[in-house]
Amino acid sequence: MQHTTTSQTIGPYWHLLEDSSWQDLTRFGADGEVIHVTGHVLDGSGTPLADACVEIWQSSPPASQSFTGFGRSATDATGTFHFTTIKPQPVPGPGNASQAPHLALTIMARGLLFHLSTRLYFADDPANADDPILSLIESPERRATLLARQTAPGTWSLDIHLQGDAETVFLEI
Amino acid sequence: MNFSNTVFRAYAPGTQPDNNTPAYRSTQWRHPARALLKIPQTLTELTGPRFSPTQFPPIENMAMHAGREALGERIIVAGHVRDEDGMPVAGTMLEIWQANAAGRYNHARDTHDAPLDQNFTGAGRVFTDADGGYRFVTIKPGAYPWGNHPNAWRPNHIHFSLFGPGYATRLITQMYFPGDPLLSLDPIFQATADVAARNRLVSSFDLALTQPDHALGYRFDIVLRGRLATPMEE
Repeated sequence: MQHTTTSQTIGPYWHLLEDSSWQDLTRFGADGEVIHVTGHVLDGSGTPLADACVEIWQSSPPASQSFTGFGRSATDATGTFHFTTIKPQPVPGPGNASQAPHLALTIMARGLLFHLSTRLYFADDPANADDPILSLIESPERRATLLARQTAPGTWSLDIHLQGDAETVFLEI
Repeated sequence: MNFSNTVFRAYAPGTQPDNNTPAYRSTQWRHPARALLKIPQTLTELTGPRFSPTQFPPIENMAMHAGREALGERIIVAGHVRDEDGMPVAGTMLEIWQANAAGRYNHARDTHDAPLDQNFTGAGRVFTDADGGYRFVTIKPGAYPWGNHPNAWRPNHIHFSLFGPGYATRLITQMYFPGDPLLSLDPIFQATADVAARNRLVSSFDLALTQPDHALGYRFDIVLRGRLATPMEE
């Protein structure tokens, strides 16, 4: 058996791939509740990452010709990423469990040799209490690092802290 | 029990770089200090985005732009994308980006004092065929200096981005060239403990892939996580 190819950093020049239309997951005409998802990516000294690549993937609604389920956003000089997408519904989890609505997030940047995986949940969704992944995090403070707040109608915000006291819970998947 | 549910295998120990790699200075404030939380793979991790060549048109010849030839040594890069069991990963998208022959990226933040080439954008996109095979034509990228440590130079490399069958198979990597003296000095290449694993990032010169009177051929095979059948209790 051959081992999986070794990861390397995406580096500072990945923008040669960038297509800002990929920030809008509804661009092919998806139906549903349109939401905006935004936040900052910050390092352990509190400095925003101006060169990060943030990707989202969602298994709900199911990917189709009109909805890719996938988005990519560069962070700007203030470390801000932004997506427009369709609000996900609950999806099946392990066993008979149901997972609360969530987005999978991937963070890639200069200085990250292996991409970071995390999730974004929607604060105040009652389904969060029974979510099988959130339930793995004992500390409420740590769990809160995955909970996006609604900062304006239809706009959800979550900051990603790569390191430090507010370090985001990153996942081994 | 049934074996219909499959998950992606864990990475073999030592074959992936540690984000906490002090020799690569940018990792200092960017690596998580806490252990990752291991989660079961669910629908979200087992599925992933699909890209079609009709929605995302391939760019297979990076050595030409607007009908004009880029400067530098034209090369052919080809290989297969397979999983750990050797099964082809068909129809998956590869995104490619790199510096030009002079070691300069077509990027506003690249301040290296080397010439840009108006006939080289440095971005490509190809899809694997039914056997997992891919191929593109480009210019051999130049080495370039970076600020990591005194007299630091990145070895010649091409960046690759792959998706594979699921969100959990995402791969960002770099392909290197055989015999590059900078490899032994490069903290990014050296960050992976398993010597055999990092050496698989070095492409091999392939005379069979080389096109007479046109371009040298380099072979670079890529392996994505394979599936592991797990018994599921009903």
